[in-house]
Amino acid sequence: MNKRRPYLLIPILASSALMLLPFVWMLSASLKTNVQVFQFPIQWIPKDPQWSNYITIWSKIKFGLYYFNTIKLTVIVTLAQLLTCSLAAYAFAKIQFPERNALFVAYIATMIVPFQVVMIPQFILLRNLGLVNKHLALIILQAFSPFGVFLMRQYYLSIPNELVEAARIDGLSEFGIYRRIMLPLSKPALASLTIFTFVFVWNDFLGPLIYLHSGDLRTIQLGIRMFISQYSAEYSLIMAASVCSLIPVIIVFLACQKYFVEGISMSGLKG
Amino acid sequence: MRKANSRNRLTAYCFLLPNLIGFVTFTLLPVLAALGLSFMRWDSYSPISFVGLRNFQLMLKDSSFKIAFWNTLYFTGLTVPLTIVAALALALVLNKGLRSVKIFRSIHFFPHVASTIAVAVVWQFLYHPDMGPINHFLRAIGIGDPPRWTASVTWAMPAVILMSVWKSAGYYMVMFLAGLQGIPQHLYEVATIDGATAWQKFRSVTLPLLTPTLFFVLTMNLIYSFKVFDQIYIMTQGGPGRATSVLVYYIYTQAFVNQNFGYASAMATVFFLLILGVTIVQFRMQEKWVNYLD
Repeated sequence: MNKRRPYLLIPILASSALMLLPFVWMLSASLKTNVQVFQFPIQWIPKDPQWSNYITIWSKIKFGLYYFNTIKLTVIVTLAQLLTCSLAAYAFAKIQFPERNALFVAYIATMIVPFQVVMIPQFILLRNLGLVNKHLALIILQAFSPFGVFLMRQYYLSIPNELVEAARIDGLSEFGIYRRIMLPLSKPALASLTIFTFVFVWNDFLGPLIYLHSGDLRTIQLGIRMFISQYSAEYSLIMAASVCSLIPVIIVFLACQKYFVEGISMSGLKG
Repeated sequence: MRKANSRNRLTAYCFLLPNLIGFVTFTLLPVLAALGLSFMRWDSYSPISFVGLRNFQLMLKDSSFKIAFWNTLYFTGLTVPLTIVAALALALVLNKGLRSVKIFRSIHFFPHVASTIAVAVVWQFLYHPDMGPINHFLRAIGIGDPPRWTASVTWAMPAVILMSVWKSAGYYMVMFLAGLQGIPQHLYEVATIDGATAWQKFRSVTLPLLTPTLFFVLTMNLIYSFKVFDQIYIMTQGGPGRATSVLVYYIYTQAFVNQNFGYASAMATVFFLLILGVTIVQFRMQEKWVNYLD
């Protein structure tokens, strides 16, 4: 590339600080007493860090249970999506059948319809099936994502058909081709789908808000909201809970950010 | 040939089935039902009945709906341009300025990945009118009477908008960076030989070749902004008064708090038509300003 310009470092550092400061403030506030949280000038590194805040939150509300619920939902939905989406995408990308285009258009068309538009009929349907106030409701709604099918199909299209044809001539079954050729070759797409789904389910708020009413079913996002409404003056505890809710996402983000970026370009720009 | 076709079809459906069953039942059917529900009266007081256009007539008289509608446009009208300008500026600087792009890209991308709930809670504290660090800072630099942010009818919406721009600018920046890296380097070399200034290069090379990305970002960002809910729910609950009540928030309240499923469905239909309309206009306008290289 052409020559680098060191003076551009200044605006980049400034805006990086702007991006990070709310998180640093959150972390710092989580280690203070309630009185110290709003003191000014801000004491970024608390003199006497209140590590006990991080113990108190687990006993004040059922934070551990909310954590477990969120992990459970996230893992099940992600696995279900990986399986159903990668299978369906194989049919759309590599098998010729009469209804292929019409069906794919139906998938794409529903991707345009936001969840907020269908949430009411979905709720009524699931209520009639007796699934409201069960984790299963959210699993069922999120396990068959058209977006996942779309993402996987786009990636499969980039795998040459000749490879599939050669395997067919060699007598490999369609499932064998999917299992032994497509899946191993599409690891980057599977990784992107895993991360997108993980982050989506972990952060989802509206879904759990609609479906999970009893306390023991709550996810971590609902737990935080409950925390705010019950202990609105416990500023430092609220911040400690928020930090805890972010930790898994931070870990996944730092470990797999390459796939985030690749996933974005896969789903959009090269579409 | 026909035999091969029907065998293909059978195989294809075996692959599709696990997803297709769930997709048809829980996505496709509700999508079709959503429109139908708009013409029903369905609340906790009376049995379900067909009422024709009554829900839509109600909407015209419902001041809360109108406010939510205009607030949605207000939120989107400011959030989208601000986010795009910020994201594009960041991408341009990052693309030109530095060797170690990755770490800065991650820093800017992270707010997008973090949960809106956790982030909204922090911003609510930052915005606190009396004790919050933002107003402490504003007073320290001599603004004696800073905005009361989420506690003020005038400033609540700008507060939510600023937070939303902060949260998503990095996400769109990543898209712009990908677009910038797709612009062939030799075009810049040719422009340099022709003696073009930095501004001329931006105006005649970068910007035209970035229009496909710009189009994509604009489309995504518009839809995303129309759907705003989480931060409103946490930071303002639609208030003070109805100052930040947006469509999705009002639809949610009508459906799941007041159990007015029919009326809420009609509003959801209008909400969808709004998104669809804007998206169609976007695609129509595309020919006028988007350049595809091939």
